Amino acid sequence: MKIRPFLYTLLFLVLVVVLSIAIGSVFIPPADLGRILVGWMKREALSEPLKTFAFILTDIRLPRTVLVLLSGAALGGSGAAYQGLFRNPLADPYLIGVASGAGLGAVLAMSLKWPYSFWGLMAVPAMAFISALLTVFLVYALARVGRTVPTTNLILAGVAFSSFASALTAWMMLHSTGELHRAIAWLIGGASQAGWGPVLTVLPYLALGLGVLVLSGHALNLLQFGDEQAQQMGLPVTRARALILLAASLTTAAAVAFSGIIGFIGLIVPHVMRLWFGADYRRLLPLSIIGGAGALLLADVFARSVMAPQELPVGIVTAIVGAPFFLWVLRRAKNQGYW
Amino acid sequence: MVTDHMLRIEGLSVSYGSRRVLRGVSLEVNSGEVLALIGPNGAGKSTLVRAVSGVIPVEAGCIQFIDPARGSMDLHSLPPMERARTLAVVPQAAVMPPAFSVWETVLLGRTPHLNFLGQVSAKDEDIARLALQKVDALDLSSRRVGDLSGGEQQRVLLARALAQSTPVLLLDEPTSNLDLHYQVSFMETVGTLARSDGLTVLIAVHDLNLAARYASRIALLVAGELKAVGTPCQVLTVELISAAYNLPVQVIQNPFSDTPLVIPGTI
Repeated sequence: MKIRPFLYTLLFLVLVVVLSIAIGSVFIPPADLGRILVGWMKREALSEPLKTFAFILTDIRLPRTVLVLLSGAALGGSGAAYQGLFRNPLADPYLIGVASGAGLGAVLAMSLKWPYSFWGLMAVPAMAFISALLTVFLVYALARVGRTVPTTNLILAGVAFSSFASALTAWMMLHSTGELHRAIAWLIGGASQAGWGPVLTVLPYLALGLGVLVLSGHALNLLQFGDEQAQQMGLPVTRARALILLAASLTTAAAVAFSGIIGFIGLIVPHVMRLWFGADYRRLLPLSIIGGAGALLLADVFARSVMAPQELPVGIVTAIVGAPFFLWVLRRAKNQGYW
Repeated sequence: MVTDHMLRIEGLSVSYGSRRVLRGVSLEVNSGEVLALIGPNGAGKSTLVRAVSGVIPVEAGCIQFIDPARGSMDLHSLPPMERARTLAVVPQAAVMPPAFSVWETVLLGRTPHLNFLGQVSAKDEDIARLALQKVDALDLSSRRVGDLSGGEQQRVLLARALAQSTPVLLLDEPTSNLDLHYQVSFMETVGTLARSDGLTVLIAVHDLNLAARYASRIALLVAGELKAVGTPCQVLTVELISAAYNLPVQVIQNPFSDTPLVIPGTI
């Protein structure tokens, strides 16, 4: 397996991580970052200004960075998986409605009881997952014509369901009081939840979902030839499809439950990776996961620095970049039938 | 490596909804033999190939692979992985992901011999290379599937099926989109492979004269029923063919191969 694509993508991720922990209301110079790291490794006491930086680092910057990174990884990975499953370059957790469906489930869970307790916090992604799965089946069934799922149908069904779910979500939020209003900011996609709690909660869901996705590259390669050929080459198609669909939806739901609905990362990242490094899903999936983490983190850095001290919701940034990209892909796919 | 295994289809019936597409079809195909399946449009040729390959449910009957070393196996009750070790398919009008390279595509044929991660060994790569060589497509290796011509795509699909290293090969009208040159060279390749590797080949074809020239035996399928099975001379007769295709025909001798040559008349 070629190693270079992984090196490039990882390098990009590391650079963005450094940016992300350096930039904020207090700028931490990279040199000081290095000093803090060295200090930690040598277990030496830090000097006074460095101590403040270290506190900002461990309690504010790092948890946020890791949460955004995990959400981006989830969106990139599930985007690549949906594109492979539907054999459609425009499938994206946001565009096919899964993200909004997950959001509806999450808000429903929150409106029942805002997650103060640990189990309450765990219930939000679970509800998001169930409602994400229902969405996938519904949108797929609506878009299907015989044995094929035409791109336009898939996107139309996804967008229609997305509007419907968003409307329901907005209605629920208007009719609720107090805490649920926090959900509004969350829903447009700003990782404003602080601390390590959300990170630890989302981790098991993501480890499971992304773990399955990383291992399903070969099956996705076979599925690109259609279900019949895949089965003739030895793939238990129904089982493989179900497993990948579950894993991708779990991953999306986990990301939505903790970072809100963020569009287009799952579209752009797998697409760029495919363009640069080829269509082999065994490579494409891990690359989309790493690339997704980097891309969303970059969008997040931008979102919190462009109008500082005010913060843009990161979903706005990804949409401003992503929507034109989507149109470009749409035209390109039409002209060349090629992706 | 010629062994005397065989593919045995017994009383096979298939329906799409309430419509019976195959009625009690029984056929045997021996190793080293190319059996051509002919018949008018809608006779059930593709359905037969798909049913034998296990991708559509069978209503009645059974499909067995009989190997003197391993006994007989009921192909339909095997899991897809094991079935794909026995039987490979060259599909008709196949979906090909355009961004895959020829090499990646042919390597996927090794799937039934790999783990679920699809890790290939040097041996798998050798087999894939040999398969590409056999269909004279080694020079296409690095090309993208989407950039190939119809004839090149068919050869790649055949190479992928060969890479599966199965004793049985099913082909569904593989030559229907090919020009004259590729039709003949494709069928030559298939015939040679059957003889040299002892493959059991079942091939659905439209072109009667191609069937006559390259098949050891021919099976005539009309409206889901088997009308005749036998050597080209036994099946390609004026009576059988004109009745099956509802068209007057003449049968003469092919000056190149001494096989029957069917000439259609006018309606």
